[in-house]
Amino acid sequence: MNLLIFALIILFGLSSYYFGRSEARKLITTNKIKLNALPSYYGYYLGIWCGLPALIILSLWSLFEPTIIKMVILSNFSNVESKDLFYEQTLSFFNGNFTGELTNNIKIASEKYSSLNAIAYNSKIALLASAVIFSTSYAYKKVKSNNRARDDVELILKGLLFVSSLVAILTTIGIIVSLLFESIKFFSTINLFDFIFGTSWSPQRAFVRDASTITPEEYLELKDAFGSVPLFAGTAFIALIAMCVAVPIGLFSGIYLAEYASTKVRKYSKPIIEILAGIPTVVYGFFAALTVGPFFRTVGESLGLTVSSESALAAGLIMGVMIIPYISSLSDDVINSVPQSLRDGSYAVGATKSETIKKVIIPAALPGIIGSILLAVSRAIGETMIVVMAAGLAANLTINPLESTTTITTQIVMILVGDQEFDSPKTQAAFALGLTLFIATLFLNYIALRVVKKYREKYD
Amino acid sequence: MTKEERLKKRHNAEKRFRFYGLLSVSLAVIFVLVLIQNIVSKGSSAFSRTTIAADISFNADLLEIEGPITKQSLEEAEFYDLAVESILKIYPSKDSKEERQVLRLFSPDYEYEIKRYLIKNPDKINQVASVELTSSDDVDQLNKGNFPRDLPEDRRRVSNFQLNIYDNLVEEGKIGKKFNDYFFSKGDSRDPELAGIGGSLMGSFFTIIICLILSFPIAIMASIYLEEFAPKNRITDFIEININNLAAVPSIVYGLLGLGILLSVMDFPRSTPLVAGITLSLMTLPRIIIPCRASLKAVPPSIREAALSVGASKFQTVFHHVVPLAMPGTLSGTIIGLAQALGETAPLILIGMVAFVVDIPGTPVDPSASLPVQVYLWSEQAERGFVEKTSATIMMLLGFLIVMNFIAVYLRQKFEKKWN
Repeated sequence: MNLLIFALIILFGLSSYYFGRSEARKLITTNKIKLNALPSYYGYYLGIWCGLPALIILSLWSLFEPTIIKMVILSNFSNVESKDLFYEQTLSFFNGNFTGELTNNIKIASEKYSSLNAIAYNSKIALLASAVIFSTSYAYKKVKSNNRARDDVELILKGLLFVSSLVAILTTIGIIVSLLFESIKFFSTINLFDFIFGTSWSPQRAFVRDASTITPEEYLELKDAFGSVPLFAGTAFIALIAMCVAVPIGLFSGIYLAEYASTKVRKYSKPIIEILAGIPTVVYGFFAALTVGPFFRTVGESLGLTVSSESALAAGLIMGVMIIPYISSLSDDVINSVPQSLRDGSYAVGATKSETIKKVIIPAALPGIIGSILLAVSRAIGETMIVVMAAGLAANLTINPLESTTTITTQIVMILVGDQEFDSPKTQAAFALGLTLFIATLFLNYIALRVVKKYREKYD
Repeated sequence: MTKEERLKKRHNAEKRFRFYGLLSVSLAVIFVLVLIQNIVSKGSSAFSRTTIAADISFNADLLEIEGPITKQSLEEAEFYDLAVESILKIYPSKDSKEERQVLRLFSPDYEYEIKRYLIKNPDKINQVASVELTSSDDVDQLNKGNFPRDLPEDRRRVSNFQLNIYDNLVEEGKIGKKFNDYFFSKGDSRDPELAGIGGSLMGSFFTIIICLILSFPIAIMASIYLEEFAPKNRITDFIEININNLAAVPSIVYGLLGLGILLSVMDFPRSTPLVAGITLSLMTLPRIIIPCRASLKAVPPSIREAALSVGASKFQTVFHHVVPLAMPGTLSGTIIGLAQALGETAPLILIGMVAFVVDIPGTPVDPSASLPVQVYLWSEQAERGFVEKTSATIMMLLGFLIVMNFIAVYLRQKFEKKWN
């Protein structure tokens, strides 16, 4: 239905574009007026005024209509047990696919729903029609009086451009609000310090209970379910393994490609290495879980070691491989931007190429390299699919890379996969973990970008 | 140490250093090759399926059709008895246990395959015809050589009895191999031989289309504003910082955003490409804005000055000259951003796209999976057949990504103007 209205509005807008343009031309031919803008701008002006207000009203209306109807209906039934369930039942009864026990209340609510729907529909049409008529006639008068159509159109367009650039801010606000909202509820049940410093994580033990009625004994048990140190440790540990793989390989690749490789080698090997960054992480996860994990276990068994098939080593190793291109291409860039004069100076006093790289180029490029490593770390701790598929689920506090550990992202996925009830500390815990992750990556990115930027300024 | 010795040492260090670099590059390249080789060798067999030719006697009495035989009556007819009776004839079995084992050589869909065959060839009624039926996953894997035959019987999924029938069938030439059209046309299934990526393909398609519709116009408009019109002030600085940070936020956080706002506050339908598309477009937006701005910036100021000098307005300058010139760069940036969105899994898991969906979605508001999520779902399954299917899905996914990236590179190389 809304789609039809949308199409109609677009159609009206288009026709008023042509109408406005021909009106403007008429002004030239019949009234012999010199126009203030090209005729098509009058068309745009009329078209925008016809379509835009109606579209804004339509989208706002369809966004808020369901919520408002729900509120109005539920305000009449204050005595039903579960309001959401009741409302869902009403809707399914209204749509004719109701199963289960039919109560009188549901029938009444459904009638109310249908009447409200009709009212909403009629008033929506009336509002839209009057908006179209009013704004179009306003714009038409302006066209007739030969306004400065181009300036007006450009002002509206500029407003549109500005609004779309605000989407980035809105997204950030959305992220922060959605994370904070649930996290605050979580921290009203669980003490922040118990969350940060607790060493036992087992959210499946958490029971659903109203936060205000938890007794101190129960709280002790809850506290043990939500101590996040094992997750932080596991995340850091796997990220460390990943960096042990990615930093040397990535850095040496970057150096080799920037300083040694012939143009031919560079031309072919750089895109191949960058393929690694383009492969979806779920593919790495599959490879780590089905090939690398079992391979390590068989190798470990032949050496007499017990290796978990979901070892931190396998996940970290594959994650490291994934990160190689991030480090190699960024450090390639920063090494290339070190001025040639520094190299020439070093060669002139007789240093070999490797000595120049080690003693001159790397120290000069160090901030950029550190920035790229920090960005890589932030990617490693936020990486999800590899650890979900290849690292373990149980929260072990361990530094043995052959055992399984779990990470923040794994636990978020484990908690939220499948059906989840909101308002349970378990679900809220996932959002609290998400908030921690968001803050940590934000911090790392911020520092990394600052470092890289500062470094760029130095040599530009 | 003499001078010569020291020089030799330094030169050796030089060689070692260079070798480390070469080693790193080769390690990275080797890893790409190993990964691709591993996936292809596991997955390529999924593109064929094993069939068993069985003589089916289409006895009209068993179909329980009353009245004349028409397409309509065949659609409604009961094929189970007929199917079981004919299939059991391929090998004599002693008791019901052995009969079950014979039936288990075929996929659970044999009844419908026989039905489809008869509806296609209605003249075969009351005749015997050889129909190629899809084999079960076990026979399929056996035929593809993925099951070792020399294990003791209790560690094999195929019993000695079944193995015997299989060998017999091979001798009679009744085992065949066909192109696996099921893999592309069917939705998800618990039986690997019947599972396909049709559903997740459509899910991914809808998701990417929605993501494109939402993110491309907004990204272009935002980058035009920031690059061409924005005054240098606090607000634009803040927007810039935001965009740079959003581009580096882990994708799972966008999943939490989708779950916390789109699903629980705005009540969008769960598990649907619509929500997935919106969530991914929020994620893709900053990743598209950055290359779009770069390509706008690459258009030299002389173009703008020339347009302005002949009396074009700022808007006319930007929309008639700068944006068309920057188009190849913006388009290729968009395609690369969409390719990343296509491979994204974690946010989709959080918004419930991991549901087991058999039906192929017809609209963006039907529940569905997407290709990377299908990889995740199947990788959790134990059957050998799913390993093959997962790898084949990855091959499809990588294929799409390669095509998209190729188009992006082509657009840039072919159409982008080089300014000196």
